[in-house]
Amino acid sequence: MSLHKVYLDNNATTPCDPRVVDAMLPYFYEHPGNAASRSHPFGWEAEAAVDIARKQIADLIGADEKEIIFTSGATEADNLAIKGVFEMYARKGKHIITCKTEHKAVLDTCKALEKRGAEISYLEVASDGLINLQELESLIRPDTILVSIMWANNETGVIQSMREIGEICARKGVLFMSDATQAVGKIHVNPRENGVHLMAFSAHKMYGPKGVGALYVSRKDPRVKVTAQMDGGGHERGMRSGTLNVPGIVGFGKAASIAQQEMQQDAERLSKLRDKLESRLKNEMEEVYINGNVKQRMPHVTNMSFKHVEGEGLMMTFNQDIALSSGSACTSASLEPSYVLVALGLGDDLAHSSLRFSLGRFTTEDDVDFAIDAIKKGVNHMRDLSPIWEMYKEGIDLSKIEWSAH
Amino acid sequence: MAYSEKVLDHFKNPKNVGTLDKADLNVGTGLVGAPECGDVMRLQIKVNPESGLIEDAKFKTFGCGSAIASSSLATEWLKGKSLNEAMEIDNMAIVEELALPPVKIHCSVLAEDAIKSAIKDYKEKNSVPAI
Repeated sequence: MSLHKVYLDNNATTPCDPRVVDAMLPYFYEHPGNAASRSHPFGWEAEAAVDIARKQIADLIGADEKEIIFTSGATEADNLAIKGVFEMYARKGKHIITCKTEHKAVLDTCKALEKRGAEISYLEVASDGLINLQELESLIRPDTILVSIMWANNETGVIQSMREIGEICARKGVLFMSDATQAVGKIHVNPRENGVHLMAFSAHKMYGPKGVGALYVSRKDPRVKVTAQMDGGGHERGMRSGTLNVPGIVGFGKAASIAQQEMQQDAERLSKLRDKLESRLKNEMEEVYINGNVKQRMPHVTNMSFKHVEGEGLMMTFNQDIALSSGSACTSASLEPSYVLVALGLGDDLAHSSLRFSLGRFTTEDDVDFAIDAIKKGVNHMRDLSPIWEMYKEGIDLSKIEWSAH
Repeated sequence: MAYSEKVLDHFKNPKNVGTLDKADLNVGTGLVGAPECGDVMRLQIKVNPESGLIEDAKFKTFGCGSAIASSSLATEWLKGKSLNEAMEIDNMAIVEELALPPVKIHCSVLAEDAIKSAIKDYKEKNSVPAI
């Protein structure tokens, strides 16, 4: 087995930066206080540490500290934002607009609300992954209470036109919520500049620890309120009860302050490596495609299809050494390929042939070179085995074959 | 999900990968699955006209590791068998041999379908009445 292990799945989770771990450690034993304990120094220390972290996180996104509500992660923040708005603004209406390529944390939350009487419109995306702004505008009705559009897509890295969406929402007087989990700490993200009123994000996608996230809730112009989804001690200004995860929040804060310092240089370095990976795979093999808009996307992500090769099988050629994700899920529970890629209009065959590469702060050029060689070898191995590659090479039109779907 | 050693071995060193001449009267070809489903298997047998035994078998598969291993194993089992014996290869035997998890049973079903489809093609070409 090779000693070289390469992690190119940073959109799934990032390693915790060692500087973050160092910042967290004292808050397990030396400073064990509960941030809500107001009557002794242990509590004051914990509260002070949380305040610093809240400021670091707010600074990263150009917000006020009071606009940061800590949660267990982005999924909880998405739930709190969407369900919380639905309950708080029930008198205005029950119509919510979102998009087909959203993360399941948003889509399934919307599905759950449909059962409670919400009406949800799901926007389509174009082949580049972007929503149509005119279509969004035309869908907004007097009873629309919320538009929920993710900042950057987890599978393709495509960045939506946030400012334009924000302007439409402002003009129409509708709240705008964004799941910005993949964007915060990687690129410049500022909800206020973009007219975003609620924004979910997570520490573990930006080199912080797992199990802690935040919801940004705008406090002025407009002042937004959400109904709490977790009842209890009234923490986080009554919006999210539960003892604060002090070490996690300290780590989140440290990760935010490192990101603020370093994300631009990380982005510049990683986009060069990503472009090298893409161009070599595309130039050195036939029938390789990049999925999604290549101009408006995250600097460290690429989603590529290797025609006539099944993604899960392809991954098996190198997954002892390289970690990444495939848009193909070949299990009896789900023969469906990635719904995100299908929404982009990719045929099921290309969606099954896709791999997502997500680079990160700790990715080196050696990692990328190693991955390029391994993937080329894997694709060639799989194509040697592939009957449809053989047919394609013989010039047979695969769309004319009567396949026996199973 | 971790793969069994046997699946890994067939996947890394697949047996009997290749193509037989489809036009040859002694060759039967089965093509099952669909690209949209993420699985396509092509399995071919070559029958010795004198003995009636399968003397060669080849496959090519588009699919996950379990699909490739199932078809590789199927070609190994087919060699030397009569058509009647080949018809009796059951997908559950493939599941057992490769220790396939429940979510991958459909790969073995596809391999059984490919065997039956190749035999059917051979019989049709040679006007052998169906059993």
